[in-house]
Amino acid sequence: MVMSKPAATRPSEAEIWEALSQVPDPEMPFVNLVEMGIVRELGWQGGRLQVTITPTFAACPAYEVMQAEILAALAALGLAGAEVLVSHNPPWTSEWISAEARQKLKDAGLAPPPRHQGDLLGVLMDPVPCPRCGSEQTSLRNSFGTTPCRMIYTCNDCKEPFEMFKPL
Amino acid sequence: MLDHKALARYLIALADDELILGHRNSEWTGHAPILEEDIAFANLALDEIGHSRLWYELAADLLGEDRARFPDRQVFLRPAEEFRNLQLVELPRGDWAFSMLRQYLFDVFEQHRLAGLSESTQASLAEVAARIRTEEIYHLRHTRAWVTRLGLGTEESNRRMQAALDALWPYARGLGGALPGEAGLPAGVVPDSAALYEAWLAEVSAFLAEAGLTIQPGSPDLQSPISRADHSSDFAALIEEMQSVARLDPEATW
Ligand SMILES: [Zn+2]
Repeated sequence: MVMSKPAATRPSEAEIWEALSQVPDPEMPFVNLVEMGIVRELGWQGGRLQVTITPTFAACPAYEVMQAEILAALAALGLAGAEVLVSHNPPWTSEWISAEARQKLKDAGLAPPPRHQGDLLGVLMDPVPCPRCGSEQTSLRNSFGTTPCRMIYTCNDCKEPFEMFKPL
Repeated sequence: MLDHKALARYLIALADDELILGHRNSEWTGHAPILEEDIAFANLALDEIGHSRLWYELAADLLGEDRARFPDRQVFLRPAEEFRNLQLVELPRGDWAFSMLRQYLFDVFEQHRLAGLSESTQASLAEVAARIRTEEIYHLRHTRAWVTRLGLGTEESNRRMQAALDALWPYARGLGGALPGEAGLPAGVVPDSAALYEAWLAEVSAFLAEAGLTIQPGSPDLQSPISRADHSSDFAALIEEMQSVARLDPEATW
């Protein structure tokens, strides 16, 4: 038998979204899973909460940690039997990262992914502003970085290396 | 009526290609010629292995298997002779030119196949293909740049690339063979491998020529592709190493 709270005493959807907004991205703890566009949808199935997430990169090593942290946050709200569903329909895109999260990435020294509206190769030709000094005189050093979602640049003005979150 | 078992066999072969190529690429970790490429190849390896997991999970769904356990069982507990990857991806990593050119040849084919799969009438298949396809844009951008740089670089880099092409070409042509299960699927579920091969051949022939590399005439033709059921002697060693820890305790949890 599945134990679940009667609907009247359930936390509201707003409270659940608020709790999920406290779950940090395991690799970038300065942003959360909601503003990164990873948590997509809430639903109820026979009194049981289902949270649909869309992982970013297929090989993201943080993916299992994310699921565990979502379940822990929900358990703290009293939603112990919740379930995390994974959907790639539609696949995650960096276009879903909120304006606020983009600013947080930049503040942490990580250039936010440029908006591409579906034209990835086109946008990769554009200059990437340095997140430290704002200079557009930067050079790509490596299309691959310390995690699947990053690439490495150097700034020709302040001379610092920096990473950009890959547009996807 | 869709034959789920046929589609699962097809997907497992795709997954095996990605897994074994990713495994070979991972052997460069700590050994690549420069630090940037060490990082790049480790990422390529991780991406390919991540993609193999998506295909294994989809196959698990079609077979009614547990998608949380199926990928590990396929990778770590399946006998070598049941893998259906191409010999192209299992060949030892060779030198840097060899690994880079192999990745390029594979990536171009994969882009064509993923474009077809992302139009599949099977929605779950189309979704995963669309996800993988955008990531593969980065792979192809990287390997194209290196093939050109090495092909047109120094006398030595050109010579090594040409040697790599001569060695890889007979195996690369195996890309055009039909995948397991393909013949049993209705039109529109997966793209026709022979048609993909024609598109691949046109693209890589033009690109390699521009990179100063020559496809040697007289390579074995498509009429006799190497079967995916046949593996080289090097493959047994790869599988033995890859599975050695898991086989010590198959029921262990991590
Ligand atoms: Zn700067």
